[in-house]
Amino acid sequence: MDLKNLTIKKARELLDKGEISAVELASQYLGAIDSKNKELNAFLSINPERALSEAREADKRIKNNQAGVLTGIPLAIKDNILVKGDKCTAGSKILENFTAPYNATVIERLYRDGAVLLGKTNLDEYAMGSSTENSAYGPTKNPHDTSRVPGGTSGGSACAVAADMCLGALGTDTGGSIRQPASFCGVSGLKPTYGAVSRFGAVAQGSSLDQIGPIAKTVEDTALLFEIISGNDPLDSTTVPNNTRPASDPLELNINDLRIGIPKEYFETKGLNSEVGDMVKKAINWFESQGAKIKEISLPHTEYSLPAYYIIQPAECSANLARYDGMRYGKRVDGADLLSTYSKSRGKYLGLETQRRIMIGTYTLSSGYYDAYYSKAQKVRTLIKKDFMESFEDVDVIMSPTSPTTAFKFGEKTKNPLEMYAADIFTVTANLAGVCGLSVNCGKINGLPVGLQILGPWFGENILFKVGDFYEKNN
Amino acid sequence: MISKEEVKKIAGLARIDVSEDQLEKYQTELSAILDFVGQLSKAETSGVEPIRQITGLESISRKDEDKNLIDQSIGQELVSQSPENRDGYVEVPEIMKAK
Repeated sequence: MDLKNLTIKKARELLDKGEISAVELASQYLGAIDSKNKELNAFLSINPERALSEAREADKRIKNNQAGVLTGIPLAIKDNILVKGDKCTAGSKILENFTAPYNATVIERLYRDGAVLLGKTNLDEYAMGSSTENSAYGPTKNPHDTSRVPGGTSGGSACAVAADMCLGALGTDTGGSIRQPASFCGVSGLKPTYGAVSRFGAVAQGSSLDQIGPIAKTVEDTALLFEIISGNDPLDSTTVPNNTRPASDPLELNINDLRIGIPKEYFETKGLNSEVGDMVKKAINWFESQGAKIKEISLPHTEYSLPAYYIIQPAECSANLARYDGMRYGKRVDGADLLSTYSKSRGKYLGLETQRRIMIGTYTLSSGYYDAYYSKAQKVRTLIKKDFMESFEDVDVIMSPTSPTTAFKFGEKTKNPLEMYAADIFTVTANLAGVCGLSVNCGKINGLPVGLQILGPWFGENILFKVGDFYEKNN
Repeated sequence: MISKEEVKKIAGLARIDVSEDQLEKYQTELSAILDFVGQLSKAETSGVEPIRQITGLESISRKDEDKNLIDQSIGQELVSQSPENRDGYVEVPEIMKAK
């Protein structure tokens, strides 16, 4: 079977027509994982018996004409999202033997629709990084060039989709962790509006920034996944009730009415590779040739977005990761007293980047520094949000590159943390402002995919899907 | 540049045991990161309210009743995965010494 050109949409048709069974489909993907994962390291664990038993259930549902959109569709889940009975490592040594005792809300929703879960995918430890090199279980490789990173932190999920080891995947995005790996691996990935998707059962890191979202081969598939996982959840009080617009809005996109904003600050960014910039401009010009109105806009606080992000995220993670203290989870290193038991356990089992972020967060939240750092960053965040509010009065979507470069080589940015942080320049703004963002492949440079980032207003996912799908189908 | 002593203090507050060689590495790295995020001091924010919750939701409440949203036995499963536990409780090293 040709997995290369298979999508969720096409698999749905094949399953419903009885041309393939869910068991056959799951077996195909388990076989693909078996032959490819050794080299790519996209999956940290797989659960073939359970996947096949879920597939058998799916076949029954299909036979009884009770199939949902995802019934029998094989998916992969980032290993910081709880799947009951599966290990959930979050890419960390501390959680090496942690088994999830319950399902995240997004998993409950996938199961309700009949999805088949193949396994858990690699990530930077606690979802902090931009390359998957911070995983305690070794990096994932980019399927387009195995000497390069797949992006991060959802590098395992993006790689699994791009290398035909699953039909779709879930990731999490705190500062670009879905969109950037989607861009590097040439697939589609959505960071939903903050509050659109429940975070219950996701390993918390930057709680005011984190969102779970889908990665798939096409925008259409990404939309199908989003529609199933999104919505208000009584177990996550930050999910917004009755605010998620339906992804499958019946209205056709009228390209002549579409207003696209081009943020001049993004294209003037020093680190932007010129070929990447040109390729993204080419995609934008294509929209113009189809009748869309292109408008240069200004997001004046762009220069402060990366510094604000790297204050807020470490501050929040330093609080969230306090729970990994050698008492409640994983492993303990005994010291002379309680304090040294905490410190030795955390010193030994937390990775270097995780330690750096916790220390930065500890510093900026400590007595005497709070106003200068955290409070200041939250004020700047207000200004960044305002930039977007004003822009979305004039335009429907904002377009930019997803990442300033294509996939970089292993080790290229690991020596200097600030170089790694700079990879997030175009993606962190959506998390700070809480808006939604989609990365869509718009071509390749020397065999390496380039992502077009389309940002939309709060709960404007349906606009992103329409615009992205129109591009994919007509370009 | 922050001093080695400051790094030691931060590591202590963060409950992370840092070796002597790591201390120097962290001193350089944390200083560079703090310099970078320190650019924020240039931003004009007088009269600007800080973001508290990005979607603007406030005080989400519900009736105080047992909705049994998740199975209570899950708690026991979590406890049983802690490094040391006994009779359904997490066991921790001695915190207070008897006189």
